[in-house]
Amino acid sequence: MATESLKYLNPDSETEVKTKVFPRPGQNTKGIINWLTTIDHKKIGIMYGMAALFFLILGGLEALLIRSQLWNHNMDVLTNREYNQMFTMHGTTMVFLVIMPLSAAFFNFIMPLQIGARDVAFPRMNTLSLWCFIAGGIVLNLSWFFTGGSPAIGWFGYAPLTDTRFAEVLGDMGPDFWIFSLQILGLASLLASFNFITTIINMRAPGMTMMRLPVFTWMTLIVSFLIILAFPAITIALVELMFDRTYGTNFYDFLEGGKPHLWQHLFWIFGHPEVYILILPAMGIVSEIIPVFSRKPLFGYGLIIFSGAIIGFMGFAVWSHHMFTTGMGIVATSAFSILTMLIAIPTGVKIFNWIGTMWGGRIRFETPMLFALGFITMFMVGGFTGIMHSSVPIDAQHQDSYFVVAHFHYVLIGGALFGLFAGFYFWLPKLTGKMLNEKLGKFVFTLMFIGFNLTFFPMHYLGMIGQPRRTHSYNEGHGFETWNQIATIGAFILGVGIVIGVYQFVTAAFNKKLKPAGKNPWDARTLEWTLSSPVKEYNFARTPIIKARDQAWENNYGPEENHSQKEPLDDHGVHMPDRSWYPLITGLGFLGLVLGMLFHQSVDVNTGEIIRNYTPAIAGGVVAILGIIMWAIEGPAGYHLFPKEDEE
Amino acid sequence: MSEASAHAIDHHEPVTSTGIPNKKVLMWAFLGSDCMFFGTLISTHLIYRKISATVGGNFLDIRDIFDIELTSFSTFILLASSLFMALAVSAIHKGNLNSTRWMLFGTIVFGAIFLACQVYEFTHFVHAPGNELTLSSYRGEPHVFGSTFYVLTGTHGTHVAIGVFWLIGWLIYSFTGKMSTADAMDIECCGLYWHFVDIVWILIFPVVYLMEYAF
Ligand code: HEM
Ligand SMILES: [Cu+2]
Repeated sequence: MATESLKYLNPDSETEVKTKVFPRPGQNTKGIINWLTTIDHKKIGIMYGMAALFFLILGGLEALLIRSQLWNHNMDVLTNREYNQMFTMHGTTMVFLVIMPLSAAFFNFIMPLQIGARDVAFPRMNTLSLWCFIAGGIVLNLSWFFTGGSPAIGWFGYAPLTDTRFAEVLGDMGPDFWIFSLQILGLASLLASFNFITTIINMRAPGMTMMRLPVFTWMTLIVSFLIILAFPAITIALVELMFDRTYGTNFYDFLEGGKPHLWQHLFWIFGHPEVYILILPAMGIVSEIIPVFSRKPLFGYGLIIFSGAIIGFMGFAVWSHHMFTTGMGIVATSAFSILTMLIAIPTGVKIFNWIGTMWGGRIRFETPMLFALGFITMFMVGGFTGIMHSSVPIDAQHQDSYFVVAHFHYVLIGGALFGLFAGFYFWLPKLTGKMLNEKLGKFVFTLMFIGFNLTFFPMHYLGMIGQPRRTHSYNEGHGFETWNQIATIGAFILGVGIVIGVYQFVTAAFNKKLKPAGKNPWDARTLEWTLSSPVKEYNFARTPIIKARDQAWENNYGPEENHSQKEPLDDHGVHMPDRSWYPLITGLGFLGLVLGMLFHQSVDVNTGEIIRNYTPAIAGGVVAILGIIMWAIEGPAGYHLFPKEDEE
Repeated sequence: MSEASAHAIDHHEPVTSTGIPNKKVLMWAFLGSDCMFFGTLISTHLIYRKISATVGGNFLDIRDIFDIELTSFSTFILLASSLFMALAVSAIHKGNLNSTRWMLFGTIVFGAIFLACQVYEFTHFVHAPGNELTLSSYRGEPHVFGSTFYVLTGTHGTHVAIGVFWLIGWLIYSFTGKMSTADAMDIECCGLYWHFVDIVWILIFPVVYLMEYAF
């Protein structure tokens, strides 16, 4: 950073607060403390991304073990129980520790830049979200080391698999780890979403009206609303389950009057909106990339946003399509079937808009665009199979077969992950200031595209001829072997592709051989491309005044009256909030609380009675509360930076 | 300029796009989310209420242990606390510190009475001779009513308790001499929360208690 050009008014902003227990790190803090106490949305985004990429590799290894087990009939790579643990951990990891945090990484890094803000509305709360997410990842994976090992209940944790009396291993703690990690991950997502909603509603630069917001920002807003409305259902369902397992309530205990069916409803009331939480960010990313590489404005901007909102809204009304075979009765089943068919319409609208954008454009096939095109085509395949199982009689055939596995991997890998990879290739130049290696990028795309289709296309067929999902092995004579072997080979190819891609992302910042990117290497359209790459810590030296929708594009090619202006440079400088220790401390407190709750029970060896010791949990809670109180007391504080006129 | 820097930077509420302060938007978003928390709990309660109306073949009459007079009283108290809360907000807007302090105090006391009633009710139910309602049983037989009842009303009670502690924080702060009209917006957010928790109780009271006397 060009430090010499910054006139530091207050180089030692700690002076005021030295007396506090944890001295507040000043603005020149470097190294690890800088990262631990940062409240900068860009650094937080980077940490979200790095952690999620780590979990992507971990979840991928779990998937490869599953695929190895299915290589041939009656294999013994994994035991029955290990197999169940593997698909549970794989699913939970990929949904909560990979796709959601990768989306959060982009929300954090890109969204404030797109709306012309200096940070999110509550920077310290943003840091707390990050630490809660990391704590959740740790708790989930700690389960491997304790009684019973990891949960073996599926990512959906259906009752009564979670009932303590039916545990395969006495005192199995796996489901408890699963419950508590999901709770703390839910907290992370909720806090982040409150923050993003406030930011987008309230922190837009002057002139940045709602209908000038970039589509990615719009999708951030919609997804945040989905999160705050859908997560409570699973939070409460998990609380009830926790009470069942720990205090003997009967919510899901069918032997004592509970209804396992209720769990399915509550889980899917969360679960279906969740799949849109996973896909809409990728749709936002693709909506940014396609216009840039087609050199045309987005076709039907309003329609794309409106259909996104409709998808979000209707997403709350289709959950029972996951339960068609549970016997809900004809009326309910038909209603959910019709609504599920209807929700495909706004989804289709978006696809046509993207095609309309490309139509007649001058398309450049660079890596981000390749992934975006991969997204459209592969997501369409997943959408088609989705519509197929919206039909009840057909779904009765698909349910619990590999056909469903094919469906959701086409939407989740071919859709969400391809979209997110497109985002990496698109925005990493902005993040690192360097162009990624285009040849390597294309190679990664090729590997992933081929590997992905080899793995999951045969699963459609396997499902149709009867291979059940979530099943440890199959017998000889069904004709499953060949296609499973193709799928396994494909999975390894896909794995290699992902590893190379991740390597390319992680090393981009340090790779000296890469060419510098400049402000706007793709000739892109939105506001973040008016800033230097990498972006300065204060984002905008002067708040921009927005005049048009595709502001960066208008500045370069549009008429004079559409060029953005800048607010006058006042002698007050750029206000930067101070770093803080308290998000980390509060996060550690939550971690302590959760671990304390997990281990609060023990059994008296002599009497067989349950002994409860809440001291560690309470200690954790107290740390969290003290953290919050100190946080409130220290206030946002801050310092001022004085960038030169147009240093941004 | 550099003299000014010796002081911690005074933080003005930033100008926002909508003109609504950030914290208020945050609070509204949170309350929207909280609706879904209670929505899920109340639905669970209603779903199970009829399904598991019998114990050991006998019809379960929860009225045997309900003490509707007590609950009506605590409902009234909680409603009244909302009045104090509203007055506290209006007082701080006017900069009347003394009145703010008393109104906060009133809200806290009434909130605490409500909580005390709930604690009394819970212990009373768990130990009601012959009619014990526990988390897992009623009259010694496995049952779901206790599960949904305690978890739902307990979650609400937790909300009230958090509100009480938050208000106590403000009360203590009012004695530091720093409180001013600049804090009005923060106290208003606290008030939003308090009123919301109240409204939820207005829903819980008929759905969980009164309905047992009607249908
Ligand atoms: C055109 C839109 C879509 C329709 C009509 C649709 C329909 C369905 C239906 C009916 C099922 C239940 C199949 C069964 O279990 O028998 C299902 C499963 C699933 N869908 Fe979709 N879907 C659509 C898009 C998506 C998207 C965008 C995602 C995620 C990004 C997604 C993720 C999933 C997942 C994860 C499952 C399996 C859940 C499980 O049982 O573990 N779907 N879908
Ligand atoms: Cu669904």
